[in-house]
Amino acid sequence: MDIHEYQAKEILAGYGVRVADGGLAYSPEDAVQRAREIGGEVWAVKAQIHSGARGKAGGVKICKSYEEVEAAAESMLGKRLVTHQTGPEGKVCLRLYIEAGTNIAKELYFSLLVDRAHESIIMVGSTEGGMDIEDVAENNPEKIKKIQIDPAVGLLAFQAREMAFSLGLETSQISPAVKLITGCYRAMRDLDANMIEINPLVVTGGSGKLMIMDAKMGFDDNALFRRQKVAELRDKTQEDQREMAAADRGLSYVGLDGDIGCMINGAGLAMATMDMIKLAGGEPANFLDVGGGASAERTEKAFRLVLADEGVKAMLVNIFAGINRCDWIAEGVVQAVKKIDMKIPLIVRLSGTNVEAGRKIIADSGLPIITATTLAEAAEKAVQARNEQVAKEAEGVA
Amino acid sequence: MSILINKETRMIVQGFTGKIGTFHAQDMINYGSTVVGGITPGKGGQTHLDRPVFNTVRESVEQEGAEASIIFVPPAFAADSIMEAAEAGIKFCVSITDGIPTQDMMKVKQFLRKFPKKDRMVLTGPNCAGTISPEQSMLGIMPGHIYKRGIVGVVGRSGTLGYEAADQMRELGIGISTSVGIGGDPINGSSHRDIFEKFEQDEETKLVLMIGEIGGPQEVEAGVYAAKNMSKPVVAYIAGLTAPKGRRMGHAGAIISSAGESAAEKVEMLQDLGVTIAPTPSAMGETIAKVLAKK
Repeated sequence: MDIHEYQAKEILAGYGVRVADGGLAYSPEDAVQRAREIGGEVWAVKAQIHSGARGKAGGVKICKSYEEVEAAAESMLGKRLVTHQTGPEGKVCLRLYIEAGTNIAKELYFSLLVDRAHESIIMVGSTEGGMDIEDVAENNPEKIKKIQIDPAVGLLAFQAREMAFSLGLETSQISPAVKLITGCYRAMRDLDANMIEINPLVVTGGSGKLMIMDAKMGFDDNALFRRQKVAELRDKTQEDQREMAAADRGLSYVGLDGDIGCMINGAGLAMATMDMIKLAGGEPANFLDVGGGASAERTEKAFRLVLADEGVKAMLVNIFAGINRCDWIAEGVVQAVKKIDMKIPLIVRLSGTNVEAGRKIIADSGLPIITATTLAEAAEKAVQARNEQVAKEAEGVA
Repeated sequence: MSILINKETRMIVQGFTGKIGTFHAQDMINYGSTVVGGITPGKGGQTHLDRPVFNTVRESVEQEGAEASIIFVPPAFAADSIMEAAEAGIKFCVSITDGIPTQDMMKVKQFLRKFPKKDRMVLTGPNCAGTISPEQSMLGIMPGHIYKRGIVGVVGRSGTLGYEAADQMRELGIGISTSVGIGGDPINGSSHRDIFEKFEQDEETKLVLMIGEIGGPQEVEAGVYAAKNMSKPVVAYIAGLTAPKGRRMGHAGAIISSAGESAAEKVEMLQDLGVTIAPTPSAMGETIAKVLAKK
């Protein structure tokens, strides 16, 4: 689960990390009011969406008067901002963060991440802040410092110091940097975060203070059950509506660009089936894992979810029953098709436990269901049915 | 022979008396696994499925000589159950439980490292289908009847895709020595490479099938290990050709987050390492048949 910049800053401030003065606004009037409260002569108006790279998308504006603050707020609120991280549909901006302008002398990079290869948390720092860290990793890998944190003992002071020195800071800035790094680590550990990224971490002009300018935090969904306060920060307006609806029904769904809808049990088999569709010349419309124990009710929900995508021209069901039983799945499919008025071809491939009984139920239903016995056959038939459907629809239009 | 489990392996079920634990324990018993009891704290002394219930794993090790365990405990308590098994002297543990917090798994892995390697419990999962040595023993939730005994060692992240492979092989008359599910989580007990080591040492296993997917470095690491240390041929299929970058495909670990983690990149690197690639998921069986024929 991701949260907004302002929420991440609030959390980190609670762990002793220095942030600029700021406030949340839901309207242009709010925005001006926040700017007045903060005081000073320069403010940053920042769109709160779950994405980085907002600056290039017009989601961060530096303003030097209340009029400019109001105009900037007006230009962002209610709009969908498209960054290279949001996908073409973008993310809607409904909240703004108004922050005191900061005089920046230096921009650095700091993050904490889950390192799969080493099965621990890893600290990453660079003197090259303010840009995409992946570009730095590619072009100047020597400018990236990485330190592993032992899960048994946690972050050690000398490691935080080593990181601070590697950021090229003045001697007087080392101690505040250690405090900042330690604060971020404690937040990561205490709240089951799986990512904290501070980009940029800045050194202010004149006073040379360390301050976090942008902050991203992501959390382990599996740990939300014990992090109620974190779970409350969820902003559903930033999530894909269909994926969310699926998750609420215990289904795992990812929408894609193709037009062959899929319902499969197991994540690996789902990915493999999508691969087969592609190899057969088609494009999958979605990833959908119905999981084990797919009841008739769950099957119907899955059907509705897949068919809610109006671009779907054919639907493929591929179930390899282990805990599931093919006859239960077949019953569910037959019921779902009868309840939902399906206007596109359906291809069903069943295998595993009670497969004969399952196939018989499909055959006896009298419904126009196309059946297949192997994975390859199922994918080929799905692509063929999709092509026929597209041709039929084109004829209908003509 | 087989790896990890055989007909004699004495097994316990952690989360024995719950609905799911009961269902799968019965299934394992029916398959022929030597299930010697189970753990449900607070129900020690009772009998369930004609077998003793213990309060602690240690009691089951002391009284029944338990060697292997399977975990059906809810995610909030599963990491603790895994560590309890390791401390009690269990040699092989399967965590079926899905949804264990990442930082809990980091702790588990660190905890396991405190044991010298020869005494260290082998953990597979979390979020896996378990392990089966066909026609001998099953410590898992798979449909046992689709597996035929034979000479191919299988290791994979996905449960149902593993079933698909077993089914294709059986259709072609090819059997399996042991099939090991390592699970779909980003931090798991055993990697593909860990299981490769065991198959290399097993006399019954003549070829290894790796069923991988997008995300993480484990498939390629296993390929590097095989190129350097294995005498047996390796066949691999990598799922997720169509998966877009940055999107989680069901499994928590199935996400392309950095270079080298896409299916196409993994396939290319594995081919360079001498691994034979099954070009499609429906060609796993026939690719194995071809490699076996060449031997």
